[in-house]
Amino acid sequence: MRTLLDTRLLPAIAVAAIVIVLPWFFPSAFYYRIGALVFIFALAVVGLNLLMGFAGQVSLGHAGFLGIGAYSVAIGPVYFGMPSWLSLFAGAVLSGLVAFLVGRPILRLKGHYLAVATLGFGLLVAIVLSNEAGWTGGPDGMSVPKLTLFSWSVRSADAWYWIAGTTFVGGFILALNLMQSPTGRSLQAIHDSEIASLVLGIDVASKKLTIFIISAMYASVAGSYLALFNGHVTPDVAGFLRSIELVAMVVLGGMGSIVGSLVGAIVLVVLPQVLTVFHEYEQALLGLIVMVFMIFLRRGIVPSLAAILQGWRK
Amino acid sequence: MRTLRRVTVTAAIGLAVLLSAGQLASAQIKIGSVLSVTGPASFLGDPEKRTLEIYVEEINAKGGVNGQKLQLIVYDDGGSADNARTFATRLIEEDKIFAMVGGSTTGATMAMIPAFEEAKIPFISLAGAIQIVEPVRSWVFKTPHTDKMACEKIFADLKTRKLTTIAMISGTDAFGKSMRDQCVAVAPKAGITIAIEESYGPRDSDMTPQLTNIKNKAGVQAVVNPGFGQGPAIVTRNYRQLAITLPLYQSHGVASKQFIELAGPAAEGVRLPAAALLIADKLPANDPQKAVVVNYSKTYQQKTGQAVSTFGGHAYDGLMILVQAMQRAKSADKAKVRDEIEKTKGYIGTGGIVNMKPTDHMGLDLSAFHMLEIKGGDWTLVPGT
Repeated sequence: MRTLLDTRLLPAIAVAAIVIVLPWFFPSAFYYRIGALVFIFALAVVGLNLLMGFAGQVSLGHAGFLGIGAYSVAIGPVYFGMPSWLSLFAGAVLSGLVAFLVGRPILRLKGHYLAVATLGFGLLVAIVLSNEAGWTGGPDGMSVPKLTLFSWSVRSADAWYWIAGTTFVGGFILALNLMQSPTGRSLQAIHDSEIASLVLGIDVASKKLTIFIISAMYASVAGSYLALFNGHVTPDVAGFLRSIELVAMVVLGGMGSIVGSLVGAIVLVVLPQVLTVFHEYEQALLGLIVMVFMIFLRRGIVPSLAAILQGWRK
Repeated sequence: MRTLRRVTVTAAIGLAVLLSAGQLASAQIKIGSVLSVTGPASFLGDPEKRTLEIYVEEINAKGGVNGQKLQLIVYDDGGSADNARTFATRLIEEDKIFAMVGGSTTGATMAMIPAFEEAKIPFISLAGAIQIVEPVRSWVFKTPHTDKMACEKIFADLKTRKLTTIAMISGTDAFGKSMRDQCVAVAPKAGITIAIEESYGPRDSDMTPQLTNIKNKAGVQAVVNPGFGQGPAIVTRNYRQLAITLPLYQSHGVASKQFIELAGPAAEGVRLPAAALLIADKLPANDPQKAVVVNYSKTYQQKTGQAVSTFGGHAYDGLMILVQAMQRAKSADKAKVRDEIEKTKGYIGTGGIVNMKPTDHMGLDLSAFHMLEIKGGDWTLVPGT
């Protein structure tokens, strides 16, 4: 038992347990919806965290991939008659491809240049989505056909809770394993010192590109889920604010902490719901709470708390 | 592991307690609303929210509806359709609302429609686009006039002036594009030919090149500019600088004092369609809407200290249509109230006179718009409109 718990799968088991246990406390479908949203965003955040926390690259346009995924499941079934699940995969492949094409030149940039380049990419996607009204319905968006799996039409919030929860646990385990793989270890080396890793013979550009593609695919799947779950999609899914929200979730939860990705998503999805009781002051309070977190838990919620706990043990 | 689980459980319970706080059941009729109070669409959501609050309070002071008080629950979607959908679910599942008056933007409304259709809750939207009520959905209604009607109004005015060939210059923002599409769609039916089309970005500061193209196009008799914000004001200024003498039509999107201020003397002679609310004091005394719009603008200005906008008026109409339907239904049965909303006849609101039908869940006709002309830095009603 002890050895099992001490393995690196411990966080994964804990997360799976959370997914299973939480619904016991859900009094209505609204809570399932919030739960599903948390896992959908957490999935995108895990992907972005791989890029930010491990490869040390900031993407300010990640919602662009969210948008590609979301509009794939909207456009695929409507214009090409593709089933939703196939459109989801097509969207993920497309996102990967776009990430490859975009990433090849821009991942050679360093520091702020990369951030600005990805920022431009995200804006570009949002502009295309709102201007190509013939395909996307323009700024008012378009409706998304329901997901149908083996003649079972997925609609209810609890069904989406389980789908999003399961996918998140899968994505979570994948990310954990990835970090223990040679690629993951080289990434961490790049994060610590790019020059040192170059000396060690690591192909820095190609490793960064790999992780950029993977994180784009995470975001794309999350975007597809979001669109299918809502049944309607608008260009703000790919907007700049969404990108910032994703980055905030990564930083708040803790860069380089996969568990932190979930925590970041929980905080920024659940808090706005809780704070509605304060009416006019909800935005101000949200800002205040995030500030307090960042001042007192500077490295992000999970890494900082872990450090504090370790301090107590000694 | 144990501590982790304990933390999880505590967190979940804490969350549940927090979320349910302030939602203690009471014997009031709950009216839900999701509005873009903050964010890029706050110019819609803010007056809508204030209006709903003012009038719910007023209705309650007079004893409520059918002897029951109203309780208004407003959530702010921040301009995001995803948030709107989440709050719609919350209104339905948690707050258990009786009816919904809200949805500031078309995107938010479209995102919320499936939730209310499924829950069978009357939903009166405050957003503009025609696709909200076309095709007709049994539980969804809307109060604002559509872009299509604005185009038809402009085209009708052109016809009376015997002008049939026009040029169109439109903004590429959501409003400008949506209205441009509607104008292009209804032009053939109205007997109007669009000889040339130009567009500009929402942040462009000079439209001289586009207007020069229009000026050089032979046969153009008038120019129509669907747009929102400062773009139309710049178009108007450039238009005069190029000394184009053709009649210029703006849209209802700039029907505010701000437009006249921005465009200055160049705005002289510009025509545009607008709702009665903006010209409350200019309406003739025998206009059926006169009393309603004067009352609403007075109340709104008194309580908020701000000038009225048509958007707040849409919220007023939505609430009143709902309340009157509830009074006619004399019961707290959602299906009966829905039927009564659909039977709304001759309701005189800020946006026009509403006559709903099972095939028309908006119920406005072209009389909802008045054609205005700017003269001496102020609006004047074009006679016969």
